Amino acid sequence: MAGNQGGVTRRQEYEKRLRRRSLFVAASSTLAVLLAIVVLVPRAPGWERVQQSFFNAEVIAKTFPKLLNAFLLDVAIFAWSAPLIAVLGLAIALARDVRNPVLYPLRLFGIVYTDIFRGVPVVLVVYLIGFGIPGLGLPRPWNSPYIWGTLALVLTYAAYVAEIFRSGIESVHASQRNAALSLGLSGADAMRFVVLPQAIRRVIPAQMNMLIALQKDVALLSFIGPVEIFRQAGVFKSLLANFTPYVVAAAIFLVVTVPATRLADHLIAKQNRART
Amino acid sequence: MKLRLENLRKSFGDTLVLDDISLDVAEGQMVCLIGASGSGKSTILRCINLLEPLDDGAIWLDGQDIAAPALDPQPIRQRIGIVFQSFNLFPHMTAAENVMLAPRRVHGKSRDALLPEVSALFERFGLGDRMDHYPDQLSGGQQQRVAIVRALAMNPEIMLFDEITSALDPELVGEVLEVLTTLKREGMTMILATHEMDFAQSVADHVCFLDRGRIIEQGHPDKIFDAPTQPRTQDFLSRVLRRR
Ligand SMILES: Nc1ncnc2c1ncn2[C@@H]1O[C@H](COP(=O)(O)OP(=O)(O)OP(=O)(O)O)[C@@H](O)[C@H]1O
Ligand SMILES: [Mg+2]
Repeated sequence: MAGNQGGVTRRQEYEKRLRRRSLFVAASSTLAVLLAIVVLVPRAPGWERVQQSFFNAEVIAKTFPKLLNAFLLDVAIFAWSAPLIAVLGLAIALARDVRNPVLYPLRLFGIVYTDIFRGVPVVLVVYLIGFGIPGLGLPRPWNSPYIWGTLALVLTYAAYVAEIFRSGIESVHASQRNAALSLGLSGADAMRFVVLPQAIRRVIPAQMNMLIALQKDVALLSFIGPVEIFRQAGVFKSLLANFTPYVVAAAIFLVVTVPATRLADHLIAKQNRART
Repeated sequence: MKLRLENLRKSFGDTLVLDDISLDVAEGQMVCLIGASGSGKSTILRCINLLEPLDDGAIWLDGQDIAAPALDPQPIRQRIGIVFQSFNLFPHMTAAENVMLAPRRVHGKSRDALLPEVSALFERFGLGDRMDHYPDQLSGGQQQRVAIVRALAMNPEIMLFDEITSALDPELVGEVLEVLTTLKREGMTMILATHEMDFAQSVADHVCFLDRGRIIEQGHPDKIFDAPTQPRTQDFLSRVLRRR
């Protein structure tokens, strides 16, 4: 019974000691590296200049509020694109899955669509649609770069999101669909009530990664007009002849994307654990 | 005849899986299909349920040929229940939701309208306190009983069972076989693919021995088990009966 007092086994005792030790080692080595950076980097010959143009406290103070404000536009574009992407992506995924020969054109459309929009760089789609369609001389508000820029993002991302949905649908074993059909459900009901709910649950982590990528790619709309954070930083850069605004913009992105990435990774890890 | 299989033929690619299968099943009868792995038992059941298309032959249900190629399978499947070896419950739904899905969608009934009938079914098969459990919160035996209840909730005229005890721990087999005995007593028409020879011998009305897609011997269980005439049947039975 030795070592089993108070419900703690010898093994647990040992692992606890081990954990404490590795925590200590990790903390001290991290501290050492940080210290080296803080002490050594400022000694580099060009540090003064780099600090002046990239990490300028004065510029940070002056530009931060406006950059944050511009970032709200990124968030807004993101917020209205994301649901459209989800709906269109799901529709395309389902179109690629139809079995009815009458609807074959729909299936063909799904295939061609995903091929095209996954094959062209996002920037190009943004340029072509963002400049091309307003170039038709449409009346206000239909010449707005917000509309067409958003459309470009929606079209491109829907192609990727559709592929992820489709992989989810295919990962649900055929026996689930057969069980639903054997009860007398229609093919559409089997998809809607049995296959899709399981498929969507499985691809949530992967779709979260798409959302994070989308949040960053909203900055591409800066090329066609909207003064979102990246463009605002560019304006400040020219105005102040200083790169600090870009660093501030990057930091603002990180504040949003890092927690989101961690969450997605956490969800994926949880799912992998559940599956084994 | 409630159900008549007439010269069923089916191949997967080049391999002939069902070769001239004919079988009559009377109302209220329990027919057991026995035979080695790969002999075609599951395929017969899946063809009756129209989950697999036949190459040739006819399946008469109350005088209607349900294997006619142009027929809409959906209303037929509603009349024939099937239970699978691997349960195939829907993991994202509770036991009660699993059971109610088809009646709700197919018959357009509401949950509330279904509840008395469905709880009575759960109660009858000893699952009264398991209605709100998810499949992964149930034992294998309970899951399989829920799968049976799910098929019964559509009030089928015939039930097909495909080795429904093969995936169960030995101590859980009994509770599921008991359900089959109950159904038989109540007059359900049933076809079982099974490896439970004792059960087949004591409960079935008719046994078919399958070998490489052919029914090579069929008849009353006492005849098949005690006095098989075909060498292959004798061989198979001596192998499986020695093992138990
Ligand atoms: N979808 C399929 N594609 C190709 N071949 C198949 C398919 N399903 C079954 N088969 C083949 O058909 C034959 C009969 O299979 P079936 O599942 O009906 O046998 P079984 O008697 O149920 O066997 P078991 O006792 O192992 O369940 C086997 O040779 C199998 O490999
Ligand atoms: Mg089988």
